[in-house]
Amino acid sequence: MSLIKGETGDWEMVIGLEVHAQVSSQSKLFSGASTAFGSEPNTQVSLVDAAFPGMLPVINKLCVEQAVKTGLGLEAEINLVSIFDRKNYFYADLPAGYQISQYTRPVVGKGRLVLDMPDGSSREIGITRLHLEQDAGKSLHDQHPTQTYIDLNRSGIALMEIVSEPDIRSSEEAAAYVKKLRSILRYLGTCDGNMEEGSMRCDCNVSVRKPGGPLGTRCEIKNVNSMRFVMQAIDYEARRQIEVIEEGGTIKQETRLFDSGRGITRPMRSKEEAHDYRYFPDPDLLPLELDGAWVQQLRSAMPELPDAKKARFVSQYALSPYDAGVLVDELASANYFETVAKGRDAKLACNWVMGDLFGALNKLGVDIANSPVKAESLGELISLISDNTISGRIAKDVFAAMLDTGKNAGAIVEEQGLRQVTDTGAIEQAIDAILAKEGEKIAEYRSGKDKLFGFFVGQVMKATQGKANPALVNDLLKKKLAG
Amino acid sequence: MSALTELGLAEARDGLRAKKFSAREITEDHIKAVEAARPLNAYLCETPEKALAMAAASDERLAKGEGKPLDGLPLAIKDLFCTEGVPTTAGSKILEGFKPPYESTVTSQLWRDGAVMLGKVNLDEFAMGSANITSAYGHVENPWRRKGDNHALVPGGSSGGSAAAVAARAALAATGTDTGGSIRQPAAFCGLVGLKPTYGRCSRWGVVAFASSLDQAGPMTRSVRDAAVMLQSMAGYDPKDSTSANVPLPNFEAALTGDIRGMRIGIPREYRIDGMPAEIETLWERGIEWLKAAGATPVEVSLKMTEYALPVYYIIAPAEASSNLARYDGERFGKRVNGDTLDAMYENTRAEGFGAEVRRRILIGTYVLSAGYYDAYYLKAQKVRALIAQDFDKAFESCDALLTPTAPSAAFGIGEKFDNPIQMYLNDVFTVTVNLAGLPGISVPAGLSSEGLPLGLQVIGKAFDEESVLRVGQVIEQAAQFTAKPAFIAGEA
Amino acid sequence: MALDKATVARIASLARIKMGEEEQTRMADELNHLITWIEQLAEVDTTGVEAMTSVVHMKNPMREDKVTDGGIRDKLLANAPNEARGFFTVPKVVE
Ligand SMILES: [Mg+2]
Ligand SMILES: [Zn+2]
Repeated sequence: MSLIKGETGDWEMVIGLEVHAQVSSQSKLFSGASTAFGSEPNTQVSLVDAAFPGMLPVINKLCVEQAVKTGLGLEAEINLVSIFDRKNYFYADLPAGYQISQYTRPVVGKGRLVLDMPDGSSREIGITRLHLEQDAGKSLHDQHPTQTYIDLNRSGIALMEIVSEPDIRSSEEAAAYVKKLRSILRYLGTCDGNMEEGSMRCDCNVSVRKPGGPLGTRCEIKNVNSMRFVMQAIDYEARRQIEVIEEGGTIKQETRLFDSGRGITRPMRSKEEAHDYRYFPDPDLLPLELDGAWVQQLRSAMPELPDAKKARFVSQYALSPYDAGVLVDELASANYFETVAKGRDAKLACNWVMGDLFGALNKLGVDIANSPVKAESLGELISLISDNTISGRIAKDVFAAMLDTGKNAGAIVEEQGLRQVTDTGAIEQAIDAILAKEGEKIAEYRSGKDKLFGFFVGQVMKATQGKANPALVNDLLKKKLAG
Repeated sequence: MSALTELGLAEARDGLRAKKFSAREITEDHIKAVEAARPLNAYLCETPEKALAMAAASDERLAKGEGKPLDGLPLAIKDLFCTEGVPTTAGSKILEGFKPPYESTVTSQLWRDGAVMLGKVNLDEFAMGSANITSAYGHVENPWRRKGDNHALVPGGSSGGSAAAVAARAALAATGTDTGGSIRQPAAFCGLVGLKPTYGRCSRWGVVAFASSLDQAGPMTRSVRDAAVMLQSMAGYDPKDSTSANVPLPNFEAALTGDIRGMRIGIPREYRIDGMPAEIETLWERGIEWLKAAGATPVEVSLKMTEYALPVYYIIAPAEASSNLARYDGERFGKRVNGDTLDAMYENTRAEGFGAEVRRRILIGTYVLSAGYYDAYYLKAQKVRALIAQDFDKAFESCDALLTPTAPSAAFGIGEKFDNPIQMYLNDVFTVTVNLAGLPGISVPAGLSSEGLPLGLQVIGKAFDEESVLRVGQVIEQAAQFTAKPAFIAGEA
Repeated sequence: MALDKATVARIASLARIKMGEEEQTRMADELNHLITWIEQLAEVDTTGVEAMTSVVHMKNPMREDKVTDGGIRDKLLANAPNEARGFFTVPKVVE
């Protein structure tokens, strides 16, 4: 448990997260307008989304399916009957004056999500519920000195609001939670998890208490839109609350905004009216009734999710839990690895994917789906290492060339003549030439300075442009030096 | 006056098919009647050019023998239906200048079937009222007068413009909407037939919403047959309305067999309310006798929760309305009254845009949904509503249809009952239960009051059994031989 | 339950309807009458009764996930009291 030191002793954070995840769908939750990102303002708006008089909602079946799949991915209860409610409030980007949401009876009930902590331990975070609701439009406050501009393209897009129990105890755990959730959503294809485009937004409920003590008053930080900001906002907010309490103040339950420029949270300036959303069942929609057999069908068609995949990687490929965890984080990485590892040395494949490949992609700033080196190609490289065609050392150069040219490993090896020298005679020749020059070093070695062995290996490799088989070099050198 | 405006919808249809007259002729006569009826303030918007163009298209089709079910028949449209490019106000200032870029499903089906649009007719603001006095565009006058008294009377509401226009022969028929009695009560007040179909029978898409779980469109006509003909075009499944019922559409006109032998007609005990005028009681008794004479059997049934129906209605309808009307905020359509801040703009727009009754209902609706009150009011009302629906289910175990009066009185004078909202709300005491339970109901003119004003009887049916409702309604119509006419007929006098 | 002027002011603000003191007083009186009248519901025994959630007894219909609408910005903005560069506009909001 990570505690924060205050003047009056240790404090514990209590954090619950509400993640709004945009459902992957072509059209909106209750209208046929497109959900595509980045279009001209108000071009993806139907009269339903703009709440014209007499317009009525009709639900998108795929959005319901996506919510149910996500629920199954969170090992949650699926409610065969759920209700859409209206959440009533006035705002410029909420055309109807209400948001269609689910309040008392959400489509998905209690579930859970397991966090893998860096120290190898795992923590289970409870999921309170998942419900479907409409997104609002967008208000642009910076276009005009006295006017706010309204774009309704987002209005009515389907969101899944995924609410966690207040089980999270640190900002690292909060980030791990968001990361894991995003991973699951992406595995399921129910949300693209793209935080930059607003496909995932996070509200953080934060309070502090003395370890094990009663819960403190919480503040809700709205719309935090990156993993880093989630951590910053929570850490700032917890510190702020501790300071207030230690100075004898009390925490006021309120909604706050995270100012990413200054790294602080502040109360929302818009009139803090006592929220009274006047929820009631939307009379334009009937209760959402799901067919149990249909849910069962979705359940049996569920893909392998990160936790299961990780366990399999550990047992099937003998990877460390840490390595397996990193690989399964993104489905694309896991699939890439499995292609590379298929019929090859899995440990070696893992090292190459997590080390050289990830490093290179990082440097290039591209994701694995757009890797210039395809999985089959990296696999070939590893085969060349395993069958001693090239040495591990040479493989690094081959890999660099693959990145540059996009060519296959085999082609590069042939073109540049990088085949490993396994001809004992040739290696012996090289060794003899070096030993002939280094009489002094030989004497030192023989008088007990073992460390010099590395020097001789280096010299031999240099003389063979790195192509000599290192194991052979070792063997032969040892014999010759032994005299 | 013209003989063509005196025709019923079905008669006019038959006359057009028999080429006794053209769509253009009957439309021109109606356009004149619409102008002549202006003193009633029934029409908010007249669309004569549109009417003539539609009539011309009808004549072309009729000439080729390709006439559609309603070809060439001039209708008035309640100004709660959105009509493409034609101003739609809902009787409210807040929708001043609003021209919908779309056509409601119900009206588009009428035009699909060849009907001709005369214009948009007045109503209580957002359909909230029972006397057509809350319209921002002035009240509507009932074409009827009391015997020997020229005091203007209300046409009933909220479909008061529809009722006045059809009664004054300024339309062959009109669309109405009924949330708590808004088709049936004005029909009764104006000597017309008004049918509220089963909830889900007619699409609500493109109809300005008042209370979504209660609103239902229906026809207002001068005969039961006309109601059947018009319902045929208005009704039908609409995938754009999630509450629209995907059920087969019967041939309503074919249901008018006149044969009700063996039918059991429920007479709800609880509808004999305190203070009901004797002549309403008598009318009801007479109705029972007519049905008996036609071979039906009256059976007493109990609708125990009747007395709670109005309080339930005045929780649920305002609650839904308070939310439905939140979209009128001055941002995307209609009226805007500026303000320094967004909230000031909202508050100014809505204070000036909504009339007193609408403001009152929005407030009551906001109140009953607000934190701490939801369970005591809204949830409680939805539970009692369930009991009201169960009452009907139970009653229908022992009968096939119910017979009741439509309203507790005949049309009253403009200015009467206006000071006390609850007094006004009591107008809907016999009609509102039907909306709460989602059932079909028809009001048929059945006689005159001692003052010479029309009185209606209501037939209530099982869900999606409009056929029985129409069949029994027509038996009453034939027995009542209601031939009286209003004092004001467009083009006369 | 007395519905006072302050309550009227609060719900009028929730409903975004500007209301002067005088109207608040009058409304409080009118609404009180109504509320007292509808409170007769309290006498109905509703133990074990499920609240009505829908009038029609059928499953909520669902549509296929297809783009069938949108691309009508001109129609959308045609009725707007105020617009600029393809946006609806309202008095500036400070968050
Ligand atoms: Mg939230
Ligand atoms: Zn939400």
